[in-house]
Formats: sequence, C-alpha cells, structure tokens
Amino acid sequence: MENKPDKVVYMDHSATTAVHPKVLDAMLPYFSERFGNASSIYGLAREARRALDQSRQTLAEGIGAKPEEIIFTSGGTESDNLALKGVADALRSKGNHIITSAIEHHAILHVCEYLSKRGYEITYLPVDKHGIVDPDAVGRAITEGTVLVSIMHANNEVGTIEPIAEIGRICKERKVVFHSDGVQAVGKLPIKVDELGVDLYSISAHKFYGPKGVGALYVRRRTPLIPQAQGGSQERNRRAGTENTAGIVGLATAIAMAEERRDDYNRKVGALRDRLIAGIQERIPSVCLNGHPTRRLSNNVNFCFQYVEGESILLNLDLMGVAASSGSACTSASLEPSHVLLAMGVQPEIAHGSVRLTLGYDNTEQEVDYVLSILPEIIERLRSMSPLYSKAGAAAGGGNG
Amino acid sequence: MYSDLVMDHFSNPRNVGEIPDADGVGTAGNPVCGDIMKIYIKVKDDCIEDIKFKTFGCGAAVATSSMVTEMVKGKTIEEALVITDKAVAEALGGLPANKMHCSNLAATTVHKAIEDYRSKVGAGSR
Repeated sequence: MENKPDKVVYMDHSATTAVHPKVLDAMLPYFSERFGNASSIYGLAREARRALDQSRQTLAEGIGAKPEEIIFTSGGTESDNLALKGVADALRSKGNHIITSAIEHHAILHVCEYLSKRGYEITYLPVDKHGIVDPDAVGRAITEGTVLVSIMHANNEVGTIEPIAEIGRICKERKVVFHSDGVQAVGKLPIKVDELGVDLYSISAHKFYGPKGVGALYVRRRTPLIPQAQGGSQERNRRAGTENTAGIVGLATAIAMAEERRDDYNRKVGALRDRLIAGIQERIPSVCLNGHPTRRLSNNVNFCFQYVEGESILLNLDLMGVAASSGSACTSASLEPSHVLLAMGVQPEIAHGSVRLTLGYDNTEQEVDYVLSILPEIIERLRSMSPLYSKAGAAAGGGNG
Repeated sequence: MYSDLVMDHFSNPRNVGEIPDADGVGTAGNPVCGDIMKIYIKVKDDCIEDIKFKTFGCGAAVATSSMVTEMVKGKTIEEALVITDKAVAEALGGLPANKMHCSNLAATTVHKAIEDYRSKVGAGSR
C-alpha cells in the first residue's frame, strides 16, 4: 500500500466544491467595500443593485431564461421548498395531486411528506434498476387533479441522468406545471430551460465551485407561485429578505465559468471517472456499479462492495487521506440504507455497502491511481472481518456483478 | 464524530476471527439494519478463556465488538453476563447518539454466546 498523501484526496464533489479563486475574487468587494443594501437609494446601494442585475442577467443567459424569471435563494433546499410549496399553494383550488420520483433528494421527498400531511396526494414514481424514471409512467400518473410534477435532472447519489426533456413535453401537453431539481446537473449537462421544458428549476452555487448558502429558482413566466417568505418586496415580491449580494455575484461568476468550461470538464473528469470505475471492477471481486453505465454524470462513481458496510470503508479511506461519502444508513440517524438504491432494487444488505466517489476538476490520474492502490486492501481487510463473507464467499464464488 | 478510542479499536480491532471448536457462538443484529456481530467463546472452569469476533457494520459496530472481547476475556461467565451494551459504549468513551441502538450490540452478542454455551452444557452429560 502506498503512503498517505500530504494533501487530502477530495472525491466528494457532489457534496460540495471549493470556491474557485476567480469566484472568490469577484465576491470579495461585496462584503466590506460595496456593502450597500440593494433596496436603498444612494450610490452605495446602486452599486449593489447593479451587481444583482448583472448577476441575474448572467444566470438567465446561462440557462436560456429571462432575468425576471430568476429568484435568488439560499440554495437548492430552499429552491425545492419554494417550488413545491409555492406551486401547491397557488393551485390548491385546481387540485391536490403531486407526482415525483422515489429517488429524489430529501429536499423534495420531505417537502412531499409535509404536503401529504396537509391533504395533498403524492405519487412516488418507481425507477428501473439504473435509476431511470419512465416518462410514460409520468403521463399515466397525471390525473385531473395533478398540479405539479417534480423529477430531478440528475441523481445526487448514483449520477443517473433523467429524461427531463421527454417528461417536459408530456407535462406541457397535459398542461401540468413541471419542476426539476437541477442541483447536480449544472456545469455537467446543458441547461436550456426551453429545451428541457421545465417551468421551475432549482440551482445551488456550491455544487459548481460557487459559495455555499446561495442558489436560485428559475420560474417560467406566468407559473403560479405563492411566496414562502414574507417581509419585503425583494425578488419581485416572490422571496423577501435582503439579497446576499456577494453570494449572488459568486453564483453568477461560477455559472459563467461552469458553462464556459463544461465540455472540457466533462472530457477531463469523465476520463478520470472511467479510469476509476474500470480500475475498481478489475481489482476487486463482488462489486456492483450503481446507476446507469452511460447515462450518468461525468463525475459520479458509486459502487456497492458486497459483504462490507459503507461507513467502515469511508473511515478507512479517511485514515488513508481520501474524502468520500456513502448512501449508508450509518452516516445519518436513520437505520434504513439509501432510499435511492432500495428504489433501484438493490438488496438492503448490499445497499449498506455503497460508497460514492464524486470527482472534480482538480482531481488527477495520480489521485485516482492512489485510490485504486489502497481500496482493494481496505475491502479485503473488512471482508476478512465480516461474518457474511465466509458464508457467501463459498456460495457466490466471487461473482463479479 | 468518533472518539480516538473508538477509532483505535476500529483501526486495530482486537480478537478478530473465529474459533473453530468454540464452546458457544452468538449472533446479533441483521443485515437490513447494516450491523451483524458474531462472537465465539471458549470456556474453561467457568471462565471465558478465549473470545473472537466477526462483524459486518459501521465503525461503532466494529469498535464495540473489539472492546467487548477485551472486557470479557478471562472473566467468569457470571462477570461477563453483568456487562451491558451501555457499559461497552461507556468503556469506549461514548458513542454518537445515532449509534447507540443498532451498532451497540456487542454485549448482547456475548450474552447470546453464553446462552449457546449453557444450552450445550445443559444438554450434555452433566
């Protein structure tokens, strides 16, 4: 096994990314120097107003929207909350049915649970073994009372890319409002709101080298939406609260950069992803790649390592200087393994052994090779301790799923 | 989130393995919850002479398994039966709250191994 590297090998970019130096530079003047409140009247405030207008324009251009269709928020979770609760409230007299999928982020699923307690009917569409939602199933689920469909653009755990444009066409035909959580997609997939056919789209800056605590919700013109925060006329009365000027400037700078280097990112990061996937499959028996083999984000690697538990793998990786994450129950307060893997039909005991490695622009081939050099030994050591392994090892004969 | 002592037992677990001719074997947990512990004991003159474990589970599950083997090795059956899951967690300097339930079954597993031993002895010629 190689020696632990001096610098942490960071492979958890779907959790968050470092703020890019260019983004930080663009943000800094808006903390202490141009600190004005954009709603005030004097010169200092006008500077902030100009920065907000410019940022709104940049983001709108990036996703093919109009500036007035952008609401800046505190991030992906708030955007998802505003989209679901805002549309559900606005269309309450039309119906109470919402369609989503079983593999959404908790920022969607927990809001749906909340809405179901308040009298809404929620349909959770199943996914296939690769985590894909069937667009025809969306069509079949729509009823007279359906007010909203919400399907994520790309899954945060397994990286599966959903057929959003097809679902968008169906929703448009059936005149149902369509929201997509695009938090993992920005910077990796082309996002043009008209081509995707979305009425609402959630964005979070810290997933693409922007700062934490800032995001946006795209809302197509004439989409009914009841604000969920009162107390000011900011964001055209749709989201009260003094604007996070520095954060918003950071978001805009980050999205412009992400769009500019998207092809390069996908080429470079995609090659590292393929090297890591192939290397794990070659070196470690009884593993299973979670997600779709090709319709997946360029930075996502997610494996189940049979007979071992995910958190144990992560702790060992951490001891060796590698930062990764897991869909494992033990990383949260819940006993259940990943709801995404379970929805894809993975057995619970196998789902417990999942590890997600999400790559980024700064990862190198050397780092991928380092992970490949230490991972087989970690898995082997944990398997030698596992009461499931001796039993299964003889029966399964090291089947390489 | 884990104490240094937990990480020490996780990284260098004591008494890992199986005892082929064990006098008692206990298993607790289930794969759906993500934690399974299996403990083997060798008993001589009412004392736990040797003990080994195998565990599938998170850091806390491995650390509690390791710790309990140290706590009961050389003890009498009666002394081992007094040790609780809570005592094992305390010996490790505490566990995160969400680990106290599913991952903290090591003493329970030892008790099951003792039960197994007693049922075998009871069924024997004594």
